[in-house]
Amino acid sequence: MATTIDRSQPSAGAPEPQRDMRGGRERPIGGFELWAWLFMRISGLVLLVLAVGHTLIMHLPSGGVDRVDFQFVAARWGSPFWRTWDWMMLTLALIHGINGLRNITLDYVRKPGMRFALNMAYYVLGFTLLILGTVIVVTFDPTKWGSGA
Amino acid sequence: MDGSVDGFAGPRATLKAITVATRTDKKKNDDFGTVYRGHEGQWSWLFHRVTGVAIILFLFAHIVDTAVIGWGPEAYDKVTAAYKNPLVHLLELGLVTAVIYHSLNGLKITLIDFFPSLAGHIKALGRTTVLLFVLCMIPVVAIMGKQTLDLL
Repeated sequence: MATTIDRSQPSAGAPEPQRDMRGGRERPIGGFELWAWLFMRISGLVLLVLAVGHTLIMHLPSGGVDRVDFQFVAARWGSPFWRTWDWMMLTLALIHGINGLRNITLDYVRKPGMRFALNMAYYVLGFTLLILGTVIVVTFDPTKWGSGA
Repeated sequence: MDGSVDGFAGPRATLKAITVATRTDKKKNDDFGTVYRGHEGQWSWLFHRVTGVAIILFLFAHIVDTAVIGWGPEAYDKVTAAYKNPLVHLLELGLVTAVIYHSLNGLKITLIDFFPSLAGHIKALGRTTVLLFVLCMIPVVAIMGKQTLDLL
């Protein structure tokens, strides 16, 4: 234990000892927390393409987001490629973000009951939005409104 | 987890181990929170959290506003019309900024975690990340700024 920091003693303004980073950063070595740790990094790499690509495509070329309307989305979702892209992005970004909220909550919320309640609220909201988004991406059919794009 | 450092071991597991282990240890409330001070890393850590929360809050709203398309062109075009507004454009620039920062800093974190030997170059990597972020922001601000001006 080369760099153990005793956090049981309030440090009263004393600077934290500089951590020795040469062995790499801390990480869980097993269990759910390791899978969550790994998921954040793998999904992050995928989202680097999906979410950053989506953001740049939607906001920068040909007038940016102002060109987006029903016809635009109907034409875009005419392609299974973009439906797949959007669904993967929806799923990965939601889980990545919900796990981020869970991590922050575990860092700052002390009362176990409140922590549990908040995490459950994230899960319910995330699950609901995942279902809503999935239903829309999969079932959207512009011909229902007579505008076959 | 039972308050011990289960699931963590080794010289580089210590801080996180203590942090996570005490999450479930009601007796050691003083250990809560992982705000740290001391070097540049504190800022990238803070910005990563703030941008992450901003992005997930936007994502919640964005899934709902996109889902409105399932209620037809009239409903959806009403939603997208609300975006054609200079104030919303400013928020939009903030969102794009947050996404770019979070992705570049996340890439830095992932590289260091997957190749621990890089941790020895953490300052250089941090500065490279900031430089890349600034370089990306130049065209983004120029293009989105022009879009906003065109709207006025």
